[in-house]
Amino acid sequence: MQSNPVEVAPWGDRISSKSGSPSHTAAVLQHLWQFVRHKPLGALGGFIVLVLLTLALFAPWIAPYKYDETIPGGRMKAPGAQFWMGTDNLGRDVFSRVVYGASVSVTVGFGAVLLANVLAALIGVTSGYFGGAYDICVQRVVDAWQSFPFLVVILSMMAVLGPGLLNLVLALGVLGAAAGSRVVRGATISVMQNTYVEAARALGAGHLRIMLCYLLPNVAATIIILATIGLGAAILAESALSFLGFGVPPPYPSWGAMLSGSGRSFMYRAPWMAIWPGAAISLAVFGFNMLGDALRDVLDPRLRGGGGRPVS
Amino acid sequence: MKRYVFRRLLVAIPSLLIASLIVFSLPRLLPGDVVQLMLEEKAYGKDLDDLRAKLGLNRPMYIQYVEWLGQVARGDLGESLWTRRPVLEELARRLPISLELGVLALAFAIVIAVPIGVVAAIRQDTLADYAMRSMAILGLSVPGFWIATLCVLLPAIWWGWSPPIQFTAFSVSPWAHFAQFLLPAFILGIASAAAIMRLTRGTLLEVLRQDYVRTAWAKGLRERVVVLKHSLKNALIPVVTVLGIQVAQILGGTVIFESIFGLPGMGRFLFDAINQRDYPVIQGVNLLIVSVVVLMNLIVDAFYAFLDPRIRY
Repeated sequence: MQSNPVEVAPWGDRISSKSGSPSHTAAVLQHLWQFVRHKPLGALGGFIVLVLLTLALFAPWIAPYKYDETIPGGRMKAPGAQFWMGTDNLGRDVFSRVVYGASVSVTVGFGAVLLANVLAALIGVTSGYFGGAYDICVQRVVDAWQSFPFLVVILSMMAVLGPGLLNLVLALGVLGAAAGSRVVRGATISVMQNTYVEAARALGAGHLRIMLCYLLPNVAATIIILATIGLGAAILAESALSFLGFGVPPPYPSWGAMLSGSGRSFMYRAPWMAIWPGAAISLAVFGFNMLGDALRDVLDPRLRGGGGRPVS
Repeated sequence: MKRYVFRRLLVAIPSLLIASLIVFSLPRLLPGDVVQLMLEEKAYGKDLDDLRAKLGLNRPMYIQYVEWLGQVARGDLGESLWTRRPVLEELARRLPISLELGVLALAFAIVIAVPIGVVAAIRQDTLADYAMRSMAILGLSVPGFWIATLCVLLPAIWWGWSPPIQFTAFSVSPWAHFAQFLLPAFILGIASAAAIMRLTRGTLLEVLRQDYVRTAWAKGLRERVVVLKHSLKNALIPVVTVLGIQVAQILGGTVIFESIFGLPGMGRFLFDAINQRDYPVIQGVNLLIVSVVVLMNLIVDAFYAFLDPRIRY
């Protein structure tokens, strides 16, 4: 007997789908539509994220000028038809710099979150799985690591590593891993209560096999949510560090760095230099937070109501 | 209860020790030797080795670490490599400023967040709820240093007014002293307020669905009594727990805000010390900050048991 598979979306609506690729696409679209209908704010966040990714990927084609191009006779021009967001004290187009800045934010954000979540999964799953002395030792180190205020550790780390894109990714990634590993460890311990893990062990599966094939796929939803929310936090952290002069070195346009440095004294005459980069940071982080919140509601109701910045 | 606090203190010791090792070794990895810097700028010694020996930086790291731990245990944090003033003395002068900023920021956060969280919860899924939740996410997304920059910049452009950036001591003018903290504390508190508001809303929603709340409604109690007296008290228990995390958050934020608003507190002290590679100062400030955070979490945990009698340790 062939049954017609009925999928149930996490928000309870039934979505019928038949096997075969055209209807599969339709089902995906239907999922997407349901998401937009039930989580309008999340969809808005997703849209903002899409725009950000487009800007980051196609910056050289979207920006009318190069990020370090000095326009002759164009110092501190007010926003207008030629320069949408005005120009800065060195005569560079602010709009172009904001567009290029998106690629800095996206690179640092995705790089750091990728590193953080790989480390968090590694530490969290092994710590939850093996337990015992290993768990206790690892958790004490995580404790110590977490008792530093975020900005303080990251400042010290960036001072050690020196400014630069790769170092920023490294520092933010390592730091984000500690908090994430706690959540993954908790999820792992709860997944381990399931009988299928016991069954796998009874069948003679080794440690590695159980962790890779049974635990990891089941904590994947948690990791995805951590990653989405972590992206916003990483972008925010990058901008704060660049603001303090420990992030991406000039002339490369980081949104945070655009708000600080030698340009600060010129902002009284050209306030647009201060407004746009900050608005870009806020909008980007807002998008990731909205999307992350909605994804969390849909994928993992247990995590609801946690609130707060995750990587801290 | 006593046993629990004692046990927690014991567990905190290894964490603090590991943290102290991190605190000690991180600044020593800084590129750009402090000795080189000092020789170039201030000509404190004959040559590199001479100065290194003077500062006690020529011995192996582990000996320096053990010695430093011993000093710390005796309540001595060493002295600044640059100004030669005892770190502890400097901290004693600067800590109150950061504490004032931090406590005020936390107070702002709680006063704003809890009422908004309550309203958002009892009006769940209304327009007001959506608006407040969006505002909260926005509060988490907007970088504090940007708002601070705009708050200094825009009034200056529009009305020619700017917040004071010259520090006024309490003894000079109590009111001016207090007033200079208001704006930075408010901005610093925004992110924490957003986090607390979301948590308050979430936990209150959970509590409002409990049986005993239905009973309270059934008895015919007024909404105010049900929400404020029966529900909110229990909903605030998890909120107390995140206050510990928020303290760490706010302490970190002081680094930026003290620099922007010209407050001579601990955060700016640390920032300058990192730039100058002043090891004893970096170690001292970091150690103090970590101790405050660990202690705060301990207090929060103990308080948690006190608030919720069901919790037995």
